[in-house]
Amino acid sequence: MYSKGLKPLAIATVLTTAGALALVFFYAPLDADQGFVQKIFYVHVPMAIVALGGFVAGGIMAIKHLRSGDPSWDLRSYVAIHQSIILGVGVLITGSIWARASWGHWWVWDEPVLVSFLVVFLLYCVYYPLRFSIEDPDRQARYSSVFAITAGAFVPLNFVAVRLAEAYTHPRVLSQTGGSLPGEMRLTFLVSLLAMGLLFVTLWKLELTSKHASAQLRRLKRRLADRRPAAVA
Amino acid sequence: MPALPLDEAGKYVAGAYVVFFTLIVVYVAIMGAKIARIDRQLTELNELVEDE
Repeated sequence: MYSKGLKPLAIATVLTTAGALALVFFYAPLDADQGFVQKIFYVHVPMAIVALGGFVAGGIMAIKHLRSGDPSWDLRSYVAIHQSIILGVGVLITGSIWARASWGHWWVWDEPVLVSFLVVFLLYCVYYPLRFSIEDPDRQARYSSVFAITAGAFVPLNFVAVRLAEAYTHPRVLSQTGGSLPGEMRLTFLVSLLAMGLLFVTLWKLELTSKHASAQLRRLKRRLADRRPAAVA
Repeated sequence: MPALPLDEAGKYVAGAYVVFFTLIVVYVAIMGAKIARIDRQLTELNELVEDE
């Protein structure tokens, strides 16, 4: 069901990631201001964009679940949020490393982009205890969907609020004027973003396939146990 | 701050990329272990059905 197209997607992900790495280290020029440290940008920023996109996608899938009542949309939403949290851990660690190399500090509390991402990350960390504290599967799916929609709406609001903030110490990459990236850096960034997006979708489909197979196995075991209780137990 | 020299900047860049790839490798290893467990349980069920 979910495994359709997984193999070509995985191959495309590996090839695009390899291409992105080649562009990062052999094509993109060194940044005049930050030098070699700026290479962190090509992993940190795409990871942040895809993580935030995953949170929003989780909210959209949760809307589909509440509208249709189909539990598969809840599963899709859960896996998207789960993967975005994993990427979020990566964003916070790589961002911290970059901050240390560029600004001399592991964390800067008066930097709106850093703190807002941390707020979004911590907000989504609440999703797990909320979801798994409810035993009834229907209620669990419904409550999780409501949380995913509310938190998903908060992500773009948070993004706009940060853009409106006065302190602009964090570099702007994507803007209405085209940002400040030269052509080679822009191409490298876009390929890195594509690779990160493909990686997210591949791992999302992989986890969905695993969870679907696991659920089918449980159903099969129950049916067999009904037929031959002693054999399966 | 002025740009760090290459030898010093290298360890930060390597650190960031190692963090990213470690996350992915650990995630894929966990998924691999889960899929292997499903495969083992399916084999056991299959043997059980064949014995009937």
